[in-house]
Amino acid sequence: MEFITGLKCKECGRMYPAKALHVCDFCFGPLEVDYDYDAIKGSISRESIEAGPRSIWRYSALLPVEGDDNLSMGTGFTPLVRAERLGAELGLPSLWVKNDTANPTGSFKDRVVSVSLAKARELGFKVVACASTGNLANAVAAHSARAGIESLVFIPHDLEVAKVVTTAVYGGHLVAVDGNYDDVNRLCAELTSEHDDWAFVNVNVRPYYAEGSKTLAFEVAEQMGWHTPDHVVVPVASGSQLTKIAKGFKELYAVGLLDEEPHVRISGAQALGCSPVAEAFKSGKDVIRPVKPNTIAKSLAIGNPADGWYALDTVRSTGGSFASVTDEEIIEGIKILARTEGIFAETAGGVTIASLIKLISEGVIRPDERVVIFITGHGLKTVEALTSSVHPTVTIAPKMDAFVEAMAGRLAGL
Amino acid sequence: MSIIVRIPSQLRELTDGLGEISLSGATVGETLKELDSKYPGIGERLFDEAGNLRRFVNVFLADEDVRFLDGLDTPVQDGQTISVVPAVAGGC
Repeated sequence: MEFITGLKCKECGRMYPAKALHVCDFCFGPLEVDYDYDAIKGSISRESIEAGPRSIWRYSALLPVEGDDNLSMGTGFTPLVRAERLGAELGLPSLWVKNDTANPTGSFKDRVVSVSLAKARELGFKVVACASTGNLANAVAAHSARAGIESLVFIPHDLEVAKVVTTAVYGGHLVAVDGNYDDVNRLCAELTSEHDDWAFVNVNVRPYYAEGSKTLAFEVAEQMGWHTPDHVVVPVASGSQLTKIAKGFKELYAVGLLDEEPHVRISGAQALGCSPVAEAFKSGKDVIRPVKPNTIAKSLAIGNPADGWYALDTVRSTGGSFASVTDEEIIEGIKILARTEGIFAETAGGVTIASLIKLISEGVIRPDERVVIFITGHGLKTVEALTSSVHPTVTIAPKMDAFVEAMAGRLAGL
Repeated sequence: MSIIVRIPSQLRELTDGLGEISLSGATVGETLKELDSKYPGIGERLFDEAGNLRRFVNVFLADEDVRFLDGLDTPVQDGQTISVVPAVAGGC
């Protein structure tokens, strides 16, 4: 907290105190946490970070939370896996997967929720709420249970079964809304105006919440020996995560943890059935037209992305690109990652893999680049997407003969 | 003719703290113009110099984003609700 100077409007630069505020009163622009980087620079080093906990809290100096009394569930410091088999298949010798399925509730949302819940408690809130496509719902419900704080989670009514169960099990209030995510989000934004005693993690506490995603960039750089990749591929829903990964790399340099100024090309991945930011990129325009989502990648199904414009700007300014992929390509992407690296991703991960493949084939991602892709949610959350395309190899009677007969020709030595 | 306009907390300093205001108008744009004449200063928060909605302002008519309708030209009917909502919310 000693390093926070306040909240700053990204559009007009007006400053606000570090309270539960998310938009500028004047221009409605998003507020972002502002830090005193010189002070941070004097207080941390690679050694001090490396001696810290194996979680996002090793970077607490760069997070907007006071003190060390954080609700640690072991979030973060997830594996950065050298993906040699996937890379060989795609003709990309230097490829890594940031496997964020390894977080406590199976997605990167544990990062943002850890930060926002710590902040909500610090600000004295007794109720934590969110609008979610599922992963956030899981994380908010779990963290709230552990903190012993009341939770209020709003989801679209048609989410995957696993995401509903893995939210409801924690015992908080779960409100299924008869509408899509954008309807849920609008309802929550309106409720925030009426209940300023609730901490809506992705509404009034959003400036702090979003900062949690920076830790993805911090970890990747540290895990690469305090170097940055040449190119990253990030799934895009609201666009916040992509912009915060860019911010994370910049901050590491600003506080003296990187020797050279990073030049990371950042590319975005969207499902074709919900690709408002990718469409804006391809059209060359600045205006993002909202869409009505229709995709199996429900965790990315935000038709009216809050940070879409900033994600677009980040991708353009870093020399990245956008890809948008079909549901069939998403499923194929999930299967390729599982088959080559043993990592089971949710549909958003399928979007990322399929987009990686597309960007390679378009020549956007070059074979000489060191590439990191972000796999942000576990496949067990979205098994419905695969139930019609993944089956047992054979189903047999419990007899030796039946096994040999059924598997003959499939296995060497039979 | 009565149309309810819901005001977000960020603009309530201009509406004497009111969260809902009853107005009239044939279209969404006209209704919001009337809002500005009744509570001066709101207009410049909602519209840019060219009269378009600012990038970070979302407007809903009966819970539907007006960008899926006819924007500010969308006709409104008696008893409908217009919501002004900051765009920056939600997601990851």
